[in-house]
Amino acid sequence: MSRRRFRPGKFLASVVAILVSLAWVFPVYWMLNSSLLPNAVLTSTTPRFLPFGGSMANFAAVFDQGTFWPALGMSLAITLTTVAFCLLFAFLAALAISRFRFRGRATFVLAVLFIQMLPAEGLFIAQYKLMSSLNLLNSVIGVAILYVAAVVPFTIWMLRGFVAGVPIELEEAAMVDGLSRTQAFFRITFPLLAPGLVASGVYAFLQAWNEFTVALVILQKEEYRTLPLWLRGFVQASANRATDWGQVMAASTLVAVPVIIFFLIVQGRLTSGLVAGAVKG
Amino acid sequence: MTVLSSPARTQAAPGAEPVRHRRPSVVPYFLIVPAIAVLVLALGYPLVWQFWTSTQKFGLAQQFGKPPQFVGLANYAQLFTDAQTWAVVGRSIAFCLVNAAITVVIGVLVALLMSAVGTVTRLILQIAMLLAWAMPVIASMTVWIWLFDWHRGIVNWALTQVGLDFTNHNWLEQPLSFYFVATVIVVWMSVPFVAFSVYAGLTQISEEIMEAAALDGATPRQRFFAITMPMIRPVLMIVTLLQVIWDLRVFAQIRMLQDAGAPLSSTDLLGTYIYRLGVGSSDFGMASALSIFVLVLTVALSFFYVMHLLKEDS
Repeated sequence: MSRRRFRPGKFLASVVAILVSLAWVFPVYWMLNSSLLPNAVLTSTTPRFLPFGGSMANFAAVFDQGTFWPALGMSLAITLTTVAFCLLFAFLAALAISRFRFRGRATFVLAVLFIQMLPAEGLFIAQYKLMSSLNLLNSVIGVAILYVAAVVPFTIWMLRGFVAGVPIELEEAAMVDGLSRTQAFFRITFPLLAPGLVASGVYAFLQAWNEFTVALVILQKEEYRTLPLWLRGFVQASANRATDWGQVMAASTLVAVPVIIFFLIVQGRLTSGLVAGAVKG
Repeated sequence: MTVLSSPARTQAAPGAEPVRHRRPSVVPYFLIVPAIAVLVLALGYPLVWQFWTSTQKFGLAQQFGKPPQFVGLANYAQLFTDAQTWAVVGRSIAFCLVNAAITVVIGVLVALLMSAVGTVTRLILQIAMLLAWAMPVIASMTVWIWLFDWHRGIVNWALTQVGLDFTNHNWLEQPLSFYFVATVIVVWMSVPFVAFSVYAGLTQISEEIMEAAALDGATPRQRFFAITMPMIRPVLMIVTLLQVIWDLRVFAQIRMLQDAGAPLSSTDLLGTYIYRLGVGSSDFGMASALSIFVLVLTVALSFFYVMHLLKEDS
């Protein structure tokens, strides 16, 4: 503890680490910085690295266009519908595969694992035709159905780990004490699953909130845009009259900040879920 | 590790070997029905439609309401004798492999940095990585397009400051520099996941082994290749595989960069090309055929990943 020697190797590593940190954080910082500066400053020949003389004017201008709130509403409606159904369906399925052994279980697990890998890029044309034949283009339900299907496989997998982590003996002990199986499940197991449900819910939330490809295909009318589509439209509209980067960065900040906060909550669980088993023996 | 219970309403028999199906329960089937229903509707049906459509011809006549015509595998034949298809497929695969390789190498280096520095520095590095990781794709794209903006972008400014003349240089005009920008962005977005995963693997290596090896005279280099690498190999394989699969699906990134003023036909990758075929020119037959190619490729690549996850389940 007291033996602090100067080690050049460690010092060098620290310097490199700080430089790497700066490189990675810079785009995020630049977004915030630009969002606070007026366009006149941003288009001058020398960039301003600190938001001196900054204001919230860009944000006010973004809100003034009146398109942000409808897009936020659309995103919320689609995302919350997705999260609710995804959690319900995934929870039931996770229960089935971790608490029961039944014919077809292995096939189901295998199918779920493969399905979660399917890229939207390989299906979106067909999904577009499906939704158009169901008259669900430009609707919350149409997109939510596709999102639930896209997110539910990984959510099942994530929750399966949580359900399996609650020892069945706990339930059995409660049943010995006179609870029915259903009572035992809801009084003993369910509360222990709360963290798993929260983590899976936030995962589903982030996936649906950030999704772009399917939304682009299904939501073609301007008034039904989700936030990612809104941001893209905002950039395009701004580009038509010599992009106002201050406003575009303010719009990006509005989209990014809630996501960053949510992400920080769930991050640890996500990493371990994706590479589970590869880390610990 | 997974605790399997006997079906509902049978007595508890903790630790009892192979559960005998005394009364096969229907409960699990009810539990998986909702998930299966939504998967069949949203993925199963489109998949079948896509197979069927990939055998149909959608030409000019179909745009005026004529029903499509069955042509067997002609779409596939046409697709894979088309130079444009091969250009797109080749570019996509090259882009995906190059990006995955760069991402994994930088990710491992960042993970090693995390374990080499002190607590405070490590926290700074981890927070920086987390912020980049958390950024929504579309917001990241707008920021990067601003950074690389031809007129007032900071990248051009910085390069000009160090003596290179990048004034008003348009990065997105030429395919090669377009892909360079796309690579910078995709690597920036993807490194945090690799770094955190590998770092988690590194923390599992016990200090004692390293100290014992050092006492036995192993150089840092020897320790890295004889101890560290084999220990993190499983994580490394999984993250590499995931990166390859994820870097095949870079639709949003490429689409946004194209929006910012790049020529479409020379910068298309698989996702954007399918989009242009299907949504742009209503050639659903060709779009479906190419989509199926993407799906087959993904499933083939996913095989080892899925097998790995299954091992954990058993």
